Amino acid sequence: MFRTISRCLREFKLPTIITILFMTGEAVIEAIIPFITARLVDNLTAGIAMSALLRTGLILFVMTLVSLFCGGMAGMTSAKAAAGLAKNVRHDIFEKVQTFAFSNIDKFSSSSLVTRLTTDINNVQMAFMMLIRMAIRAPLMLIFSIIMAFIMGGKLAGTFVVVIPVLACGLLLIGKFALPAFRRVFKKYDRLNESIEENVRGMRVVKGFSREEYEKEKFRTAAEDICKDFTKAERIVALNGPIMQVCLYFNMAFILMVGSKIIINGESSINVGEMSSMLTYGFQILIQLMMLSMIYVMMTLSAESAKRISEVLQEEPDIHNPETACETVADGSIVFENVSFKYSQKAKKFALSDIDVQIPSGATVGIIGGTGSSKSTFVQLIPRLYDVTEGRIKVGGVDVCEYDLHALRDAVAMVLQKNVLFSGTIKENLRWGNPDATDEELIEACKLSQAHDFVSAFPDGYDTMIEQGGTNVSGGQKQRLCIARALLKKPKILILDDSTSAVDTKTDAFIREGFRKYIPDTTKIIIAQRIASVMDADMILVMDNGKIAASGTHDELMQSCDIYREVYEQQTNGGDNDAA
Amino acid sequence: MPRNNNYGEPKKPAEAFKSLKRLLGLLRQFYPKLLPVTLVCILFSSGASAIPAVFLQKVIADIEVFSESGDWAAARAVIYPKVYVLIALYVVSIICMTLWQQLVAIMTQGFLNKMRCKLFDSMQNLPIRYFDTHKHGDIMSHYTNDIDTLRQMLSQALPSLVQAGAVVVFVFAIMLYYSIWLTLIVIIGIVLMMTVSKKIGGGSAKYFIRQQAAVGKTEGFVQEMMNGQKVVQVFCHEEQSQKDFDAVNDALYEDMYRAHAYANALVPIIMNIGNVLYVIIATIGGVLLLTDVPNLSFSGMPICLSIVVPFLNMTKQFTGNLNQVTQQINAIVMAVAGADRIFTLMDEQPEADDGYVTMVNVHTAADGTVTEADEITHEWAWKHPHTADGSITYTPLRGEVTLDSVDFAYEEGKDVLHDVTVFAKPGQKVAFVGATGAGKTTITNLINRFYDIADGKIRYDGININKIKKSDLRRSLGIVLQETNLFTGSVMENIRYGRLDATDEECVAAAKLAGADDFITRLPEGYDTLLSGNGANLSQGQRQLIAIARAAVADPPVMILDEATSSIDTRTEAIVQRGMDALMKGRTVFVIAHRLSTVKNSDVIMVLDHGRIIERGSHDALLEKKGTYYQLYTGAFELD
Repeated sequence: MFRTISRCLREFKLPTIITILFMTGEAVIEAIIPFITARLVDNLTAGIAMSALLRTGLILFVMTLVSLFCGGMAGMTSAKAAAGLAKNVRHDIFEKVQTFAFSNIDKFSSSSLVTRLTTDINNVQMAFMMLIRMAIRAPLMLIFSIIMAFIMGGKLAGTFVVVIPVLACGLLLIGKFALPAFRRVFKKYDRLNESIEENVRGMRVVKGFSREEYEKEKFRTAAEDICKDFTKAERIVALNGPIMQVCLYFNMAFILMVGSKIIINGESSINVGEMSSMLTYGFQILIQLMMLSMIYVMMTLSAESAKRISEVLQEEPDIHNPETACETVADGSIVFENVSFKYSQKAKKFALSDIDVQIPSGATVGIIGGTGSSKSTFVQLIPRLYDVTEGRIKVGGVDVCEYDLHALRDAVAMVLQKNVLFSGTIKENLRWGNPDATDEELIEACKLSQAHDFVSAFPDGYDTMIEQGGTNVSGGQKQRLCIARALLKKPKILILDDSTSAVDTKTDAFIREGFRKYIPDTTKIIIAQRIASVMDADMILVMDNGKIAASGTHDELMQSCDIYREVYEQQTNGGDNDAA
Repeated sequence: MPRNNNYGEPKKPAEAFKSLKRLLGLLRQFYPKLLPVTLVCILFSSGASAIPAVFLQKVIADIEVFSESGDWAAARAVIYPKVYVLIALYVVSIICMTLWQQLVAIMTQGFLNKMRCKLFDSMQNLPIRYFDTHKHGDIMSHYTNDIDTLRQMLSQALPSLVQAGAVVVFVFAIMLYYSIWLTLIVIIGIVLMMTVSKKIGGGSAKYFIRQQAAVGKTEGFVQEMMNGQKVVQVFCHEEQSQKDFDAVNDALYEDMYRAHAYANALVPIIMNIGNVLYVIIATIGGVLLLTDVPNLSFSGMPICLSIVVPFLNMTKQFTGNLNQVTQQINAIVMAVAGADRIFTLMDEQPEADDGYVTMVNVHTAADGTVTEADEITHEWAWKHPHTADGSITYTPLRGEVTLDSVDFAYEEGKDVLHDVTVFAKPGQKVAFVGATGAGKTTITNLINRFYDIADGKIRYDGININKIKKSDLRRSLGIVLQETNLFTGSVMENIRYGRLDATDEECVAAAKLAGADDFITRLPEGYDTLLSGNGANLSQGQRQLIAIARAAVADPPVMILDEATSSIDTRTEAIVQRGMDALMKGRTVFVIAHRLSTVKNSDVIMVLDHGRIIERGSHDALLEKKGTYYQLYTGAFELD
């Protein structure tokens, strides 16, 4: 998991290594300073010459300046390394997602991909920045301080034999109890926030049913519960300080009591300066232990994020481009041979089963069926957005798996049901279909999709900015722009997945009329709720429960298919107008 | 409708100070006893951690004296008592520290809990207008970001500030007690430190602001692209979007790197300036020792080794704690800004309810006289006290709603409804059709008083709705909205939301009525299936059916169906329609729908255009008229 991420370091390996070097420098100097200060103090007791004093002072001064330089530089290079790592991870995830098949996207869901690209990477970046600085510095300082303390203090260093294990155990125990407690409470906390969000979103329902007091009561109970758990967890962590303090004070008392005896009795060569440096080392050792426990906590918390990131990086795209690929699509004929499909290997139920269909090039095919009848699934197999589970699909006489993906998808234009426009001008959005399209071609496509009139009515015409999510155009307008965008690909096969549902019947008819007149050689597949949208197709497929229940022309189906007739009657009698 | 942004200009210092005062005031109000105890403990423990330096100095002085004679027994008699006092101080310090840290943990979470509940209570009391004009993300961030900054402040910043502040004062006093010269040098060092940190901090702040903007931009881009990823693939746009992303990503990297570089450099630099100071004090202390410059101090002690040594430690303590103080001030400024936003929401004008007509259970005697009942009689009436003569009248609940020349505007000067008059007799079905923005939904917003009308009258059973208590008015109206909102919990709980005292059987009956029973029983755990994330595990149509069942269980005399069946496909709608018809029977119903098939059998259909009723009549009458409705019906118009 950490290896997957560290592989993203690439050009930022150098700042990482430099950071580590600088940190080592800083740690070494900082560990030595009390040692030299102790010497200085000793010399003072012994009564040294001014010149010697100033020399030692100067050495110390230079050392601290070097340490300052090292620390400052490490701060900067670590920022560079961590920001760089984040940048590369973001790049890699985004790149990976570009190779994903629809099934991979479904597996992660777009909102979770967004979290991984933002919050998770941020967590990892912060952890990494701390890691390369502190994870080097803390153990180094710890070891140095311990060594120095033993060299200098001799017997006095015995105190650390007691203090270090006590503090280490204390910190470990706190970590052991606090971490799971925090994990639990954060989960609950997330749920609480979710329920607040539900309330904010559903305020009309809450107020409509006069449930304000009920919601307050419900909230109070949940909040009270979280408060209790939170307090428990925080109280465990609050023991950190006192434990640290106990060790620190024990250290001081011990050094003073034992140290004074040793010095006065002249038991060893230790002197006052060294004793006071021992106090400093003692402090440093304990602080570093504390640091280590913090690093541990930070690592465990960011491990979650690291795991989620490497999941994406290690995901294998479900659809691969064939190595020797067919680059051109001959025509718009489509053949389904015994096709069955399920969304995942584990799924019990097939979303599509035993589909056999032949669609000649240039034909218009309508598809009708209730929600959950797998209409969308059916058409998404044609441009190989998903791979069939059994059987095969041929486009232009060649198995879709043998085509270069780009070539296939350029020939098969699909207007998705859940379609989006991107922020940018209308022109920019349309040019997704063909980056080299001239203005005339854009207008032509928009005329065909009945979008030209309303686009030119905008003050800025084709340069009108579309806001994120396309919120400043109506549903029907958005659908027509999406159709125009697809038309610009000049596809051999055009698929409309319920793409005119918000367009009124008259405009809808105009669009189909245009298709017939201007792109007669393109195979058109139209999924619709309205029978009127498919009535004049060459062939209509009625889908039910993942199967083709019936196929034929309108007249044939009216004769032979109950479902079709039922829907038709309901729509015509009920006023064949569902503009929703 | 305009959406306000909560994160506008930063408040003036005076106002920020007011928020801080209010925050502390609340803290005192919630914890009148614990708060002073905690403060005393903090002061004690910080005092007890500063004073040892004095004893340390004394012990070292003693060692110096006795090391020459080497008489341990005599030294011990002098030194050990001091060490014992020291240990006693330590014990006090540890006890105080343990106490205040536990208390802070308890108070922080308790305070946050109380603030959360207060915030939620205030929010529940806000009018719908607030939710329509504020981004939901912004409201949510009060509960997450703003409360989090409070947590930071209470659990860390404030105690550290008090503690470090106290240590700084204590240590400073002790330093002056020993040597004014050395103290002066420390002060010069501190000034240098502050200057540097201000300079670097300023640079850091500048880039942090830029980083924030870059983060926002990247998140926006990522969100848009991840949501549109399927479109990207359909159009083979992968390479282009990777290129666009890299541009955004590189820009983010630049700002992020700089912001963190400054921030990261700051801490070691400040810490090392502390070290430099330490070295300088050691050297100068040495010089002073050697040159016999007269010491200037409050204690009158001459400079000697036993002053220089503890002074060195105090220097570290002093600079360390001073850094703490400056860092904590930052956190407190942020928390005050958060508190300010929370208070802004709490101070919002709550939804006013001055209605005095209430809905009560009644008995109707054989002679038609109505008496109020305490028990559930399934018979309701409006209890109308008249202030003029103190009498009370009971009007049976029938479900007659009239709108009389109603005008309304969301914003001053931009009228949404003009002169709208509608009569709905009990049991009638009234439909509204018209383009988006014609004012259909607005009318329903007015009937249940989500918004108050500007001019005209709305009456319910002949009573002006302004006189009816809002909660009772809304209880008498059932609503099903296009955007279904379900709550986390089981299907059963969600249905029961309509009437909290409904039995399981009543809930199931309501689900059957709505035609939802069929699919619910096929769910893995039937009515006990847990819904999460607004019922993400259900289809839009299924969610809608549960919402209809929820309204059905409330059994109100008047129903408002706002696009209730729009997300159900025509085939399923046929099934739902039966349930809906059953549901509508005997009730006054207001229907808003795109699908004209849904409104066709209404008693009266109102065609709205730009806030005016331009046509009204039954389906057949309107078709005959060959007006707007006719055009809509024949599909010549686009509704969206």
